[in-house]
Amino acid sequence: MTRRLLTGNAAAAWGARLAEVDYVPAFPITPQTEIIETIAHWMDQGEMAGRFTTLESEHSMITAAGSAAATGTRVFTATSSQGLLYGMEMLYTVAGWRAPFVLMNVSRGLSSPITLEPDHNDILAARDSGFLQIHCATCQEVLDSVLLAFRLAEDDSVRLPVIVNQDGFYLSYTREPVEIPDIEEVRKFLPAFDPENTQFRAGEPRSQGVAVLGGAFYSYFRYEMHLACLNTLSVFDSIAQDFADHFGRKYGILETYQMDDAEFCFVMAGSFATKAKNAVDLLRDAGWKIGLVRPRLIRPFPADALCRALTGIHGVAVIDQNLSMGKGGILYTELASALYSSNSNSPLLVSYIGGLGGRDITREEFFKMARETRHAVETGKVPLPRLLYTEDELRQMRKLQTIAHAPWG
Amino acid sequence: MKETTFKSLKNLSTDHLLASGTAICAGCGGLEAVKIMYDILGKNTVFVNSAGCMTLLSVYPFTPFQGSWLYTAMACAPAGAQGIRDALDVLLNKGRIQPEEDLKVVVLSGDGSSYGMALSATSAAMDRNLDFFYLCYDNEGYGNTGHQSSPATPHAARTATNSGPFGYPGYKKDLFAIWTAHKPAYAATIIGSEPLDLARKVEKAMSLKGPKMFIALAPCPTGWHFDPRETVEIGKLAVKTGIWPLKEYLDGKVIHTKPPRRRIPVEEYLKKQGRFAHLFSPQRDTKQLEEIQARIDEYWAEAI
Ligand SMILES: Cc1ncc(C[n+]2csc(CCOP(=O)(O)OP(=O)(O)O)c2C)c(N)n1
Ligand code: SF4
Ligand SMILES: [Mg+2]
Repeated sequence: MTRRLLTGNAAAAWGARLAEVDYVPAFPITPQTEIIETIAHWMDQGEMAGRFTTLESEHSMITAAGSAAATGTRVFTATSSQGLLYGMEMLYTVAGWRAPFVLMNVSRGLSSPITLEPDHNDILAARDSGFLQIHCATCQEVLDSVLLAFRLAEDDSVRLPVIVNQDGFYLSYTREPVEIPDIEEVRKFLPAFDPENTQFRAGEPRSQGVAVLGGAFYSYFRYEMHLACLNTLSVFDSIAQDFADHFGRKYGILETYQMDDAEFCFVMAGSFATKAKNAVDLLRDAGWKIGLVRPRLIRPFPADALCRALTGIHGVAVIDQNLSMGKGGILYTELASALYSSNSNSPLLVSYIGGLGGRDITREEFFKMARETRHAVETGKVPLPRLLYTEDELRQMRKLQTIAHAPWG
Repeated sequence: MKETTFKSLKNLSTDHLLASGTAICAGCGGLEAVKIMYDILGKNTVFVNSAGCMTLLSVYPFTPFQGSWLYTAMACAPAGAQGIRDALDVLLNKGRIQPEEDLKVVVLSGDGSSYGMALSATSAAMDRNLDFFYLCYDNEGYGNTGHQSSPATPHAARTATNSGPFGYPGYKKDLFAIWTAHKPAYAATIIGSEPLDLARKVEKAMSLKGPKMFIALAPCPTGWHFDPRETVEIGKLAVKTGIWPLKEYLDGKVIHTKPPRRRIPVEEYLKKQGRFAHLFSPQRDTKQLEEIQARIDEYWAEAI
């Protein structure tokens, strides 16, 4: 084991390297490029044995990833934002092939307007595709999640591709100390890929991705995918325990922070949750009984684990770094549906949208969300979903608008 | 290059590897080309298919192929082929499969895909010098969706989206020229009704490494409106009238493999197909017919 300062992108590349992937189909997009450049360099230097192919689009890249996995090789690929959406048809398609592989998404806000910094609308657009989703909050978690993702993807009861998500800039370009496990230890945790019947060989003819005619046959395969995806929830803990036994870091389906005696909490995904942690510490110093719940798995959706974690909590501020136009926060919606059908004494939920396109969520805003949530609990009146924006930000925006609308010449 | 084993029709097998009884229309010229090509390529192949008529060859749990099959989507069969080829190469290099377990990778795509949606993926596969076969069965329209105009539809043909008195206003795109501009290992135009020419070309391509690109004109009774029994005759007329030049590209040179000795008027080809009926009745559209003929004459004047 070595310890090094690594960016999230480098950590992702290390994950692929340690998983000894056979194949990396690629296409560049900011902020993902460092991942593929690093892997290409290692392959050129002979430090990684495998093949790196630059495709001409993400649509083709995801196709090649799926078809190479369907041929029985271990595959890693990476994209972001526009790339993920460009390949969307194939995300759904290759998931149906039941050929496991890992795709790193480096979250970035979607066009338009075109931008570079992160939010989760890209990754959440893929939530119904059949890919599992693991959301990371630290660079260490990025590396570790790639290894976990291969174990989950290749598990007999799952056999689905996985997207591991890290936030662009906040993780992709941020250096953090990362433990790089020894390859011998990784091999014990993640043995060579056994493709079983997912392969193409002369002498063993096989048809994959074939058409079905009739809703009942179609439904069967779709239900199977759904159930396989849900199986992740049963195998996650034992795989995570195995990971902990090898590497000493234990990952739950959820990360919970200061939840033991909490009356209130934040729920949010991704690296911005580290800001929430900091706010929790400060609020606790001021006497609040408050904590944080961060789902690592978003697909399958850890409904039971969330209901359990939120049992006894009075109020929850759900912070979505995404916006479903005409509806609101996706995490909020999904959490509400999980709690609604649970028997537990459900907490009150207040919905916030923040962090779009990398917009910061400040300490003061976390404090305000905590106060509003407590007020909602006390009065029983839940405010409408809030779109976080400060007066100062609005003033800056108005300035730009004045320039944009200034008469020409 | 070695002598061809296909000296006469007798050398072609009559026992086809491809099973019958699929959902494909009777008299499908595309299937005819697939059948002959498959006999020569053999069953150690994986066909990588894009959305189109041939997608219905393999419908769960049946397949007419004795080898393998992967359906991808409309735009990306060449990328599917890339992933499989790369994966097989890695497995071979790492000694995880034996050379006898290797497969030929064959893209099977329609014209709508090949001339349009998948053109970028095809171009890139050639850029990367992918070692694969590509068969475009060109039925000159989006067949599977009801034969709308595609970039391969010939001038004046009536389609589901150009059903007016003039038919399709555009001109068939020269995909062969686009392909050969990439300098692939091999490219050829073929047709099922000239099986010897087809067989020799596939045989020749099999000895080469890199992209081996085929466009088969695929007379389509359903979309072109003719009786299924006419498929072979119409195919032969396409060659004899010179509207479908049989040629190959190898080492930077294009050779016509079956130039019609005396070209017969293109009318003979057109009038057999319902999609061109408006050129003949209620009255003869002499101007259109002359223009179509002139374009063919021009092609051959330049070609020879
Ligand atoms: C992305 C996408 N758009 C549209 C379709 C609908 N579609 C299915 S087959 C087809 C026609 C394909 O035409 P071609 O490649 O010429 O094959 P043919 O149907 O003629 O065999 C179309 C448009 C699709 N499957 N995928
Ligand atoms: S529509 Fe035409 S190309 Fe398609 S299967 Fe029928 S005959 Fe063949
Ligand atoms: Mg077609």
